[in-house]
Amino acid sequence: MQVTINGKSEDLQAGNVMEVLKHKEVDPHMVAVELNTQIVERDQLEATQVKDGDKLEFLFFMGGGR
Amino acid sequence: MSFTEDQITRYSRHILLPEVGGKGQKKISQAKVFVVGAGGLGSPVALYLAAAGIGTIGLIDSDVVDMSNLQRQVLHHTPDVGRSKVLSAKAKIQAINPDVKVETHEARFTAENALELITPYDIVIDGVDNFPAKFLINDACYFADKPLVHGGILRFEGRVFSIIPKKSACYRCIFKEPPPPGLVPSCQEAGIIGVVAGIIGTIQATEALKIILGIGQPLTDRILDFDAQKTAFREIKTKRNPKCKLCGDNPEITKLFEHEQEVCQLRTPGTVGVT
Repeated sequence: MQVTINGKSEDLQAGNVMEVLKHKEVDPHMVAVELNTQIVERDQLEATQVKDGDKLEFLFFMGGGR
Repeated sequence: MSFTEDQITRYSRHILLPEVGGKGQKKISQAKVFVVGAGGLGSPVALYLAAAGIGTIGLIDSDVVDMSNLQRQVLHHTPDVGRSKVLSAKAKIQAINPDVKVETHEARFTAENALELITPYDIVIDGVDNFPAKFLINDACYFADKPLVHGGILRFEGRVFSIIPKKSACYRCIFKEPPPPGLVPSCQEAGIIGVVAGIIGTIQATEALKIILGIGQPLTDRILDFDAQKTAFREIKTKRNPKCKLCGDNPEITKLFEHEQEVCQLRTPGTVGVT
């Protein structure tokens, strides 16, 4: 399936959000995940299926300022 | 309040803009902006807002200027090393524009003082360097009903977005709570290219001016991420989260509190993800 991750189109095997995170080697604690502009709760990462054409955003924490 | 001839000259390039004009410049000169942190982000914010003629700039920072700050914290100059950051900042702001009233607080921004500090102001700017403080600022602005311009920087990247409490997505709508301690490094640990603080801080100042003037499209419900290596901006659309513990339908956070300060520790190599 074709999924857009952080603006880039990628060909991925079907799966849930957690599986996509693992595939991309992203620690789920390091990101907020948005699926089609909707935040996916951390406890829903496995229960949320990614479908063809979906847009995923992995928002990494950025804590600096000084 | 009317402008002196000097002020008309000083602000002439603003006044020329139909979106600003004399009326808008008056709004700017009556506005009060509170800047939390007089460092990397706070520097461009304070300098540009001062030049723009903001009526009152409030600054809070408990730190003194360190030599390692000078690479990006352009409010502070070499002879300021060892000096209180807020006092160093006040001197520069007043040198740029003596019209600006500067209120300084050489203190930490805490759950105890947050609301009292921001209540007299119109807008709050996040220029802090740690997650507990970023969440505290977000929550305080929600309870005090103050627009907030969030900013974050790390390495070659930066992020900025505006929050109108109860109307647009807040920081907690998206990020919930600070990451586990040690997982995400700070600038102190991971480094920061100085100019990114300038870019993100200048956008924060722009947002503050737009909110004051009531012009344009505010950077709400969209997160703007900047990558200096690619020289690319990316906009991520977002919206209020009904499950947000602060501003959602069933809020669990009913008063200010501070998340525990993260322990300084680099995340383990190999866990860095997509770019």
